Amino acid sequence: MTKEKPEFEEDLKKLQKIVEELSSGKITLGESLKKYEEGVKIAQSCSFALAEAQRKVELLMKKDGKLALEKFDDSDIEEK
Amino acid sequence: MQKANRHIYTVSEITQAIKGLLESSIGEIWLEGEISNFKAAASGHFYFSLKDQNSIILAAMFAGANKGLKFKLEDGLAVICFGKVDVYGPRGQYQIIVEQIEPKGLGARQLAFEQLKKKLAQEGLFDLGHKRPLPQMPFSAGIVTSVKGAAVRDIMQILKKGAPCVDLVLRSVRVQGETAAVEIAQAIEDLNNFGKLDLIIVSRGGGSTEDLWSFNEEIVARAIYNSKLPVVSAVGHQINTTLSDLVADVFVETPSAAAKIIVDKKNALIAQLAGFKHELDFSMNNTISDLENRLTAFTHMLKSPLDRLREKQQQADELFEELNYNMRHLLEFALERRNSLVHRLEALSPLSILSRGYSLSMLIPEGRIAKDISQIKLGDKIKTVLHKGAFISLVQEVFNDEGKAGI
Repeated sequence: MTKEKPEFEEDLKKLQKIVEELSSGKITLGESLKKYEEGVKIAQSCSFALAEAQRKVELLMKKDGKLALEKFDDSDIEEK
Repeated sequence: MQKANRHIYTVSEITQAIKGLLESSIGEIWLEGEISNFKAAASGHFYFSLKDQNSIILAAMFAGANKGLKFKLEDGLAVICFGKVDVYGPRGQYQIIVEQIEPKGLGARQLAFEQLKKKLAQEGLFDLGHKRPLPQMPFSAGIVTSVKGAAVRDIMQILKKGAPCVDLVLRSVRVQGETAAVEIAQAIEDLNNFGKLDLIIVSRGGGSTEDLWSFNEEIVARAIYNSKLPVVSAVGHQINTTLSDLVADVFVETPSAAAKIIVDKKNALIAQLAGFKHELDFSMNNTISDLENRLTAFTHMLKSPLDRLREKQQQADELFEELNYNMRHLLEFALERRNSLVHRLEALSPLSILSRGYSLSMLIPEGRIAKDISQIKLGDKIKTVLHKGAFISLVQEVFNDEGKAGI
């Protein structure tokens, strides 16, 4: 499943904040462990989203003024 | 000139004659000059003058002729006209009726382009302040191009290889020809209405300036400007900046470059995430080793009372030893002192006095030592103790006076 852009950017911001908090060394061990765990989880899910290989290619068509997606077969395009 | 056979022209006749002369001897010509006093009449006809350094000629371009004009006529513009020289009778003026006009130097299209560019620039369509940053990672991109073209193939190939996490929504349009501009503009609007996209790529492969012209049309420029989604313009295969490029939030020279932007973003993010992960590990390790250090320090601090105890013990041992030593000395001293006392005591003992010739007298049987003569009566039994022995005697005479005792 592809990550939504706002979620991804939100996650990146969160991750950056966690990294800063953790490197500041001003939080307790318990908090550090929690933040670390959360940070690693976010980093993994973001990396996972980027490593996703199941892309969709669709064609946006307009019929009677209504927009609809159609599957686009790109196999012929690759071969050219 | 014979005045008798004179032919008198009317004004119209002579005007007609001049008109005939001009038309037959000059007729249709190409004329070069600079436009001045330009006026567009309500009727749609254009009236202006063409001038050079020394002369000026009136010009008219009727609505039928100026209808398809791609650029705007304006004062100061150097032009080349094709038309015929004519006489306008009602005013007695000769003028050129312009059939075709083109800007001198630039092509008409180029001029139109420059004029439109200037207009859009004045309206702020190219303002940097209006340009939006692309999202950190576009996971879904809309593409406006022809699905039959090379551009879509280039983009798809690069994304498939470099960033297969990106979903694509294609909106196929004609990218050249009469209707292309309208289709492109509509497609941009459609993709905006469709939503769920992170950005739009407007693209076309390389071609001549004419082939790319649709991307210079005002309607396309405005559609890009009005797009809520960020737009990447990727038109052509070389440096030929279109108005689309100027209005777009980001422009690149080729369709492939547009796809590469996304791939680069993805790779940069992967590197950034790896960096974050590394920093997390580093910080966590730091936190832990810091705690370990503190723990070691605490352990040291815990050990220290024991050390202090040992120290005290040692001190106590030393003191004890000292005490022992002192006690021994004290004891020896006391012993010595006692011995000397004993000696002195011995010296004082009555027994030792006896050895020097003195004796003790005790009344028998009481055993009371007689210290005074008054204690002694005639006939008392007296035990006399001498050095190394004693004897008992009876009192035969008592002398109260010391002198009379005869000592």
